[in-house]
Amino acid sequence: MNFLNILNEIEKVDGEIYERISPRRAAMKDFFSFGKKVAAASVPLAVGTMFKKAYGQTASPAIINALNIGLAIEHFSAAFYTRGFSEAAFGSGSTAAADKAAIGIIRDHELGHVKFLQDTIKAAGGTPVGVGSYDYTGNKEFSEPFKNFRSFLQIAQGLEDTGLRATKGVAGDLLGSPYLSAALGMHAVEARHSTKIRLMRISRGQSGTLQPWISLNDETDGRLGQGAYAGEENVQQAGNTITGINGNSAVDSARASEAFDEPITVAALRTVLGQFKVNI
Amino acid sequence: MKNIIQEDQDTAQQTERISSSTLPRRSFLQFAGASAVGVALMAAGCSKDKDYVGPTDPIVPGEDKVNLGSGDTGLLNFAYALEQLEAAFYTKVVESPWSGINATEKEYLIDIQLHEIAHRELLRNVLGDGKIGNLAFDFSKVNFADRSSVLEAAKEMEDIGVAAYNGVAPLLKSKDFLTVAAKIVSVEARHAAYIRETIKPNDFTAGVVGSNGQEQPLKPADVLSRVKKYITTEINASNLPTA
Repeated sequence: MNFLNILNEIEKVDGEIYERISPRRAAMKDFFSFGKKVAAASVPLAVGTMFKKAYGQTASPAIINALNIGLAIEHFSAAFYTRGFSEAAFGSGSTAAADKAAIGIIRDHELGHVKFLQDTIKAAGGTPVGVGSYDYTGNKEFSEPFKNFRSFLQIAQGLEDTGLRATKGVAGDLLGSPYLSAALGMHAVEARHSTKIRLMRISRGQSGTLQPWISLNDETDGRLGQGAYAGEENVQQAGNTITGINGNSAVDSARASEAFDEPITVAALRTVLGQFKVNI
Repeated sequence: MKNIIQEDQDTAQQTERISSSTLPRRSFLQFAGASAVGVALMAAGCSKDKDYVGPTDPIVPGEDKVNLGSGDTGLLNFAYALEQLEAAFYTKVVESPWSGINATEKEYLIDIQLHEIAHRELLRNVLGDGKIGNLAFDFSKVNFADRSSVLEAAKEMEDIGVAAYNGVAPLLKSKDFLTVAAKIVSVEARHAAYIRETIKPNDFTAGVVGSNGQEQPLKPADVLSRVKKYITTEINASNLPTA
C-alpha cells in the first residue's frame, strides 16, 4: 500500500486534499512521522478514518441545513408528482397523453433529486429529513388538485419556481463546497420544469398573461399560495438598474424582471410551503 | 463589487508589461526569476480576489483576439462573451424573422433577445474597465429564413449557456457574483426549455439530465470549442481558474 501515491493521485483531482485532511500541511508531516511508529497492519484503519473525516464529516451545519431544505422541497415535489401522475385529471386525447408523459418525466427527476440529496446528506454526516404529511390544497387555497388539473398545474408551477428560488437562497452557503455544482445542476432542471408547466398552462388556456418565464411578481393565478413570487419584480442587480440599462429602452421593467430569477429567503419559504405542511 | 474589478487593474497593468508578447518565453522566465522578490511583494499585496492577470485592454489592437483574464474577472468575462453571442444571435433572429413566424413566437423571441441584452449589459457594467471588448460574430452557418435552422441553433446555444454558467459558478470566489450567475442561469434554462418545446413537445430536458436529475456542467474550454463556429474573435481562456 503506497499511501503517498494515493494522496498524490487524489491531489490530481482534488487540489485541496491536504487542506481537507488537516487545515495545516504541518499536521500531515506529524502524521507521517507518527505513521513510522505504528504497525503496518493498523495503517489502513488510520487512513480510512482520515479519509472519512476529510470527505464524510466536514460538511458544516449550514451546508447540511441547506441540503435538507432542498430535500424537504424535493420530498414534497416527488410525492406531489407521483400522486399526480396516477391520479391527476389529465383529460383525454393526445394533449392529455403528452401532458401525462411530461409529468412522468418531471416526477422521475424529482425522485432522482430525493435520492441524491439523501445519499449526499448521509455521506456528509448529516441526517436527511423525512417525507411529511402534506396538505395538497395549500390550506384550502386550491381545491382538489388531483381532480382539478388547473389547480394541479398551478401548484406545480409555483412549486418549481419556489424550489429554484430556494436554491438561489442557499447557494451562497454552498460556495466553495463540492455540493454547489450538484445544487446548480438540479436548479437548472427545476427551471426547465417550470417553463414546461407554464407552456402546458398556456396551451390549455389557463392564463392569458402567463409567460414561459417569471414576469414581474407573476401574480397571474400561478402562485403557490400567497407570497411565492414576492420579490420577483426586482429590477436592481449588483447595483445596476436593469430597466433601460445602458440606453436599451426596450428592456422595460417586465423584461428586466424576467431576465433574472430571484432568491427567496428561508423565512419566506417556510411561509409559502408551510401552507402545504412542508416542514422547512 | 465594482471596486474589486477596479483594484484589479493595478495588478493587471503590471502583469501586462510582464506578459507583453515582445518578451520571449526564456527571457520571461529569467526576468521572472530575477524579479521574484518583486513578484512576491506584489502577490503579498493582493488578496485572493485581486489576481487578475489579463491585459488591461483585452482587445489587442489590430489583432482580433481577446484574453479573458483570470480569477472572477476572467469568469465574468467568459459569461460576458457568451451573453454577447446570444444577444447578437437573437438580435439577428428578431431583425430577420423566418417567413410565417407566428405572433407568439415573435413575442417570445423578442423577450429572449432583451433578456440576453440585459445580461450582457449588466456583466459589462459589473466588469467595468476589466471587460473584454466587443466580439465579432459569424452566423453564416445559420439560415435565418428557416425556422428549424434558427431554433436548432438557439437550442444549442441555450443548452451550452446553462452548462457554461453551471461550470463557472462553482469557480467564483465572490458570493455576490455567484448570486448574479445563479439568477441568470435559471433564465437561460427557461429559454432552453421554451426553444426545445417549440421544436418538439416534451423535449424540455431530453439528453441533458442524468439519472440523478442534474444537468451536467461544461468547462469553459469545452464551451468555447462548441461556440467557436460563431465567434471569429480568438478567445484566450488560458488564465481562467480551473478549480
